[in-house]
Amino acid sequence: MESIAQLLQKIPKYDGLPEMLQALIPIIVSSIVIFALLALAVLFMVWLERKVSAHIQDRLGPMVVGGWHGWAQTIADALKLLLKEDIVPESVDRVLFKMAPFIVFLGAFAAFVVLPFGASSFVTDLNIGILYIVAVSSLSVIGIIMAGWASNNKYSLYGSMRAAAQVISYEIPAAVAIMTVVIYVGSLSMVEIVRAQEGGFLNWFLFRNPFLFLAFIVYFIASLAEVNRTPFDLPEAESELVAGYHTEYSGMRFAFFFLAEYANMFLVSSVAATLFLGGWTAPFSILQFIPGPVVFFVKALVLIFIQMWMRWSLPRLRVDQLMYINWKVLLPISFALILGAGWMAIL
Amino acid sequence: MLTYFRNIGQGILTIVNSMAVASRHLFKPSVTLQYPKEKWAMPERSRMRLHNKVEDCIGCGQCARTCPTDCILVKTEKRGKEEPPVFAADGTAKKLRTYVFDIDMALCCYCGLCTFACPTQCLVMTGDYEYSVYSIDEHIYHFAKEKPLIPAGSKEQSPSKG
Amino acid sequence: MEVNYSGDIMTLNMGPQHPSTHGVLRLELKTDGEIVADAIPHIGYLHRCFEKHVENVDYAGVVPFTDRMDYCAAMNMELGYVLAVEKLMGIEVNERTRYLRIIMAELGRIASHLIAAGTYGNDIGSFTPFLWCFRDREDILDFFEETCGARLLYNYNCIGGLTQDIKPGLEDKILKFLDRFEPEVDNLNRLLSDNFIFIKRTADVGILSPEKAISYGVTGPNLRGSGVRFDVRKDEPYLGYEEFDFDVQVGKGEHGRLGSCWDRYMVRIREVLESCKIVRQAIAKLSPGDVRENVPKRIKPPKGEVYMRTECPRGELGYYIVSDGSPKPYRLKVKSPCFTVMSAFRDMCKGTMIADVISILGSIDIVLGEIDR
Repeated sequence: MESIAQLLQKIPKYDGLPEMLQALIPIIVSSIVIFALLALAVLFMVWLERKVSAHIQDRLGPMVVGGWHGWAQTIADALKLLLKEDIVPESVDRVLFKMAPFIVFLGAFAAFVVLPFGASSFVTDLNIGILYIVAVSSLSVIGIIMAGWASNNKYSLYGSMRAAAQVISYEIPAAVAIMTVVIYVGSLSMVEIVRAQEGGFLNWFLFRNPFLFLAFIVYFIASLAEVNRTPFDLPEAESELVAGYHTEYSGMRFAFFFLAEYANMFLVSSVAATLFLGGWTAPFSILQFIPGPVVFFVKALVLIFIQMWMRWSLPRLRVDQLMYINWKVLLPISFALILGAGWMAIL
Repeated sequence: MLTYFRNIGQGILTIVNSMAVASRHLFKPSVTLQYPKEKWAMPERSRMRLHNKVEDCIGCGQCARTCPTDCILVKTEKRGKEEPPVFAADGTAKKLRTYVFDIDMALCCYCGLCTFACPTQCLVMTGDYEYSVYSIDEHIYHFAKEKPLIPAGSKEQSPSKG
Repeated sequence: MEVNYSGDIMTLNMGPQHPSTHGVLRLELKTDGEIVADAIPHIGYLHRCFEKHVENVDYAGVVPFTDRMDYCAAMNMELGYVLAVEKLMGIEVNERTRYLRIIMAELGRIASHLIAAGTYGNDIGSFTPFLWCFRDREDILDFFEETCGARLLYNYNCIGGLTQDIKPGLEDKILKFLDRFEPEVDNLNRLLSDNFIFIKRTADVGILSPEKAISYGVTGPNLRGSGVRFDVRKDEPYLGYEEFDFDVQVGKGEHGRLGSCWDRYMVRIREVLESCKIVRQAIAKLSPGDVRENVPKRIKPPKGEVYMRTECPRGELGYYIVSDGSPKPYRLKVKSPCFTVMSAFRDMCKGTMIADVISILGSIDIVLGEIDR
């Protein structure tokens, strides 16, 4: 936000505004900037997902809209969804039904406030940054339950109940895996975490020691479950629950669920990139001329690509197996990792 | 305990294996055909839209009789004795005047039995598959060109089944 | 699994419009949370009065309707009917016709099993195998299209032979395809069949014990998946299947108990390779000749009745025809393999989870067009 505030200072007569506006305008401007960035990133990710899936399946994917490899396809789709009639089924709980998509999106959106895209491009550097992300990103599960309950549809209810159970339980191994990094940094601030990894890829926490490497894998698996990606996409398992919690949604509200899903994907990938892959820092010293945000986005995109790759090559788990993996595999491993990482940190 | 670790190991191994197989397809040429731009070469035996070369049709009505869905309607009348004889391409005399030969392609089940029954091989299935229309009535194709001599009371040759 | 159904039972209607009920099947699930206490299948949403309708169609005109019963394996459907009428009339077809019929039937079986395997992967949540299978199936459909002009509903077999001979050079194309296709099966196995998640989702789920399978009258890959070595092609050969060297694949229960979904699925995958073997042998045996016997244009079988059973991809397909000497069948009854396995479905589903119901439904590989007819 500092940079945005500084930019705003250059506007003539900005100082003449009332103090309350002076405090509010940077907040509004930065949220608009983040929203625009997010929407752009999601549009690109949806296109990428369709391309990756198509090529894995020996297809081509979108090829027509926009000319080169259908790059404008998702823009056209988004426009179509926005222009569609806003259908609210008769027997739904109208208030909750209308509110749910925005709450789901809010959970993903609010977390971006503390993400450091570059050395100076971040909205704010909270000293409890990572804790804030863990807390805020689980807000979306409330929206999912609201959507499932308000839809008055059994499939939606199943989907939202699965989502609640899954997201809440997988948060524990994810948080414990994050803790291993925090032990090394000694701070919860996202910027501090990146600063601790500066100076080439060997300083990244991913390659510091085997415990941290495993912690990355634990975090990655748990984050897959948190954002309902295959093999953990039970809440929206289309072969079982039609579309899960957003079965009854259409048009713009559906678009918001979609946006939230991909924003969440981007969020967990960015968090993983920040915690383990050195955030905006370049892997080699020769590459330091590349701007920080570009390095950051590339790292996040690599993780997103792996998520997509997994989605299009793996089947889906069953509910009991999902819980088994969480409580009996990931959780014991993550506790062992935190012990090991702490031991290594003392050495 | 041993099975626990073996399961984890096997799980990771097979997942990586699956992903490796999938990744190999990422750079394989795809099999997609960009349909409206590129089109498939239809084999010559393609059974798509029916076409009747009515000049060769002798109006025997065998196609209508053999059709399982009754989508062909044939109406004929006898040619008068004083009229000049007409012949099909293979030399069969056209003793009947076909004044109605309608095929309802919306009813057709594309089995091709009528083409096997046709004695002069004038009823064929073509490779034309792009003939969608806005109204289902437009799927009725009228092939007959001749007009009936005696409009009223002409004998109907079309068999009515069922 | 011992489950105590003490909670409130909720009825969940799955279908007839549901992505993975394989057509218009309605399942009335009595669920307690994720656990299914009972699954009652309701059929009849695709009933087209096939058996009554064909009583008004002459014998040759029935063939297109048989195609439409099991649209995934139309070649095998019409073969069964044609063989039944030929048996009734006492027609013996020549060697070339027999081998061509076998080639086409086995290619149809491969195509059908590819759909089964692909959609099963889709049911389990993996979408990629579905399209890989369809890619290979497409080549088979191309052969069919080249031969008879249609891609799905062939009307290729006719009473007394085949409607037309294959085009010269098709044998080589088929052999080339088989060379390319057999390694693809291995790829599919690596992607899906051996995947640990897939095994965990399907093995030990939906157990159909051999005794139960036999008592329900289950046939085909579902029966063989339970470990019963029964295949009409081997046990009651028709079309000269006895001359061919192939194995009857049975489920072995590698992962978990015998007769699980994984066994049924794997039997299909292995059968695809067996079918490739048969096609290769049949192509090697192909001799020149005419593909149509001299049969009257208007088929009028003698008075009598006949039952002919063949092995279609989904199991034992039986046609029972009663003829009163007229050009139209007096009665035609189809013994449908999917219908019989559907009766065992409820038994398999009890006490499983919702995801398992989908898994079981996919593994028995039903086609609603054939159940409802």
